[in-house]
Amino acid sequence: MKRTALLLAAALAVASPFAAADAATPKDTIVMAKQIDDIISLDPAESFEFSGSEAVGNVYEKLIAYDLKNVSRLYGQLADTWYVGGDGKTYTFKLRQGIKFHSGNEMTAEDAAYSLQRAVIMNKTPAFILTQFGLSKDNARDKIRAVDKYTLMIETGQAVAPTFFYYCMTAVVASIVDSKVVQQHDQNGDMGNAWLKTNSAGSGPFKLVSWKANDAYVLERNDNYWGGSKAIARRVVVRHIPEPATQRLLLEKGDVDFARNLTKDQLDAIADSPHIATQEALKGSILYLGLNQKNPNLSKPEVREALKWLVDYEGIEKNILRGTYKLHEAFLPQGFFGALADKPYKFDLDKAKALLAKAGLANGFSVTMDTRNLSPYTDVAQAIQASWAKAGVKLELIPADGRQTLTKYRARQHDIYIGNWGPDYQDPHTNAETYAMNEDNTDNARSKTLAWRNAWDIPAMTAKTKAAVLETDAKKREQTYLELQREHQQSSPFIIMYQQVEVSAARKGVTGFIMGPSFDNNLYHAIKK
Amino acid sequence: MTAARLLGTVALTFLGLLLVTFLIGRVVPIDPVLAAVGDRAPAAVYERVRIELGLDLPLYHQFWIYCTRVLGGDFGNSVMTANTVLDDIKRVFPATLELASVATIIGVALGVPMGVIAAVNRDRWQDQVIRVAGLVGYSVPVFWLGLVGLLLFYARLGWVAGPGRLDVAFDDLVAPVTGVILIDSAMAGEWEVFASAFSHVILPAAILGYFSLAYISRMTRSFMLEQLRQEYITTARVKGLSERRVVWRHALGNVMVPLITVIALSYANLLEGSVLTETVFAWPGLGQYITSSLFSADMNAVLGGTIVVGSVFIGINMLSDVLYRLVDPRAR
Repeated sequence: MKRTALLLAAALAVASPFAAADAATPKDTIVMAKQIDDIISLDPAESFEFSGSEAVGNVYEKLIAYDLKNVSRLYGQLADTWYVGGDGKTYTFKLRQGIKFHSGNEMTAEDAAYSLQRAVIMNKTPAFILTQFGLSKDNARDKIRAVDKYTLMIETGQAVAPTFFYYCMTAVVASIVDSKVVQQHDQNGDMGNAWLKTNSAGSGPFKLVSWKANDAYVLERNDNYWGGSKAIARRVVVRHIPEPATQRLLLEKGDVDFARNLTKDQLDAIADSPHIATQEALKGSILYLGLNQKNPNLSKPEVREALKWLVDYEGIEKNILRGTYKLHEAFLPQGFFGALADKPYKFDLDKAKALLAKAGLANGFSVTMDTRNLSPYTDVAQAIQASWAKAGVKLELIPADGRQTLTKYRARQHDIYIGNWGPDYQDPHTNAETYAMNEDNTDNARSKTLAWRNAWDIPAMTAKTKAAVLETDAKKREQTYLELQREHQQSSPFIIMYQQVEVSAARKGVTGFIMGPSFDNNLYHAIKK
Repeated sequence: MTAARLLGTVALTFLGLLLVTFLIGRVVPIDPVLAAVGDRAPAAVYERVRIELGLDLPLYHQFWIYCTRVLGGDFGNSVMTANTVLDDIKRVFPATLELASVATIIGVALGVPMGVIAAVNRDRWQDQVIRVAGLVGYSVPVFWLGLVGLLLFYARLGWVAGPGRLDVAFDDLVAPVTGVILIDSAMAGEWEVFASAFSHVILPAAILGYFSLAYISRMTRSFMLEQLRQEYITTARVKGLSERRVVWRHALGNVMVPLITVIALSYANLLEGSVLTETVFAWPGLGQYITSSLFSADMNAVLGGTIVVGSVFIGINMLSDVLYRLVDPRAR
């Protein structure tokens, strides 16, 4: 053993002269350690994963964007002004002049029209954000058109709340691409999709140098950036470091400037480090339990309510989630238009027992929960298992890989599912649609909203949710969402518990990383060291 | 064995390997469309991709299509990485090759002498120490050893570089020729890049090498004990040959044939990719690639990886056959 250790040490000592003398990263390069294995494409018309959205958000721009500090305020990014016609269906965008893409080509309404048409025609996963306005492969070229060099017009199928449309235009899928460059790389009519997965043609403060799946992506400063948010760092390298413990070591050693996926224990451990600072941002993702209404016990209203009273919300937040999630009990995340701040539920064993007795289950019952084998899902699930047991509810946890539990959930074969859900865009309809709409509760339904997945048949609430999106009076619309959330809190088979807080750790002295409410507004341009 | 029979055996081996992997991939309770389109895709997009992936066809038809495409040199595209599987493998396999080769060099360079020393000093303290070292190598989880190694040699002592294959400053500085950075940088005369790559590979390779060392030293010990009992060893000693010559030349020379098989198998195991080591050291190798593809039911990638692993095993077996003939005159 001793000899082996000596021999191993000797082998490593041989390598020691090769080790970098100074562990610091290059001055003009920002290095991040992050889990980026969720990226499947960096084409803005296709990218829909958290990491991909973040990369795309630094490379491309949209016509309009929202203020990260006050989400209800929209501002023009590539558009100067915009308005909706009297029919409520025709939207006009007057574009800024003199904006250059990375290639040096000038951005015109033709580019804007092509970008949005392209997203609709390619019809990749995020395209529904645009096609829900009555746009389709067949009508995209007529309904989205350049009126003149700097004017874009979009006709929607029906009049909706204008803010709904505008917030959808702030989504990644509505990013504007350099149409000339993209068309040059068209392969067999794919509208440049294959090329744009790993290359970029945008106008943002960075351009994409490379993306190697499960390895790294590299962004380089766009020195000709037109706007005020010109990048300070010359390069940003985001390396895929799957293991959080490894991320922490790299950060402590100074080999990376940021570690993006530290667990709560690691965050605790570095809390007193003189070399590391953390920053956090409230994200839209919500941690919830879904109770399948096909289960006869879970379909009883008293049982649903009892289980809501049986979660130790504060205890879990304080002891398990510690700063990575915040207590929240409504389906619209804090920061959204119409979000409800009420937190009616807390742990109340007596109330829960009384409700279970009323449901004829005074001695409790047995039920399973499909749980991703990842922190914090397993920890939260175990805490819930313990508190439910106090009322006689025997909860069996079924741990599995995330995609496996999701497959089961989407097939409605679960009893209870613990998961999180992040909004697709910044309008309340995104979450209202999934939590409070179920147009067809049959097994073969086309729309598999969260309400459907839990077999919750709600024709009245579905109608109310659909009406809310058409309401053009902002006050009335806000009121409707507040009512919907209150009703949902009381009757739904969802136990909504927490809202995610994204925490990023950085070397002290590395500043300027902007973390917005959505993953596509985690911005790098102001980072300096 | 004639060339035709050999070829037939290899083809059948591959077919069986592919069939088993394909069936495993299809019974895994993971929806492959989910990996391609994500959880949010509307029904129309989901259905279109399901058909594009051929998942609406019967299993035997899907397998037949895959085999005919592979015969035509098309391994398909990976759903997870958006690249062709061949491009992905060209990228990840050299990383594994680099790690496994350095690890095997360490394993052989230390494992064989340790095995010999243990056998010569049977039941003495040298033997006990080496056997315990082997036992530890077998039983300590590589994940733990990797993290402790990082903490000690990288974070505390600063002897080696951290996870990843290169320092960021050297990324993309050397154009990939073989994909093995140590070789590419040496060929390009970029010695700073070479030093960085060496400093990155040495710790994970030493950890993996320790595991292979444990196996090689135990096997060497056992083969040597067998040889040292033979009459020709006694004869050699009677002839007055030095003990060093008897052990290291005569006994070890005869152990080389079975030892080559042991080393070849150990090398082949490492070439499959070590998922845990690759995860701890953020090493973008074949093990991580196949595992993450399997968890996404990305069957083109899994099957492509399986073909590589199969080829490695067959190739290394053939290589060890050739080596037998070189070291053993009776096999010529």
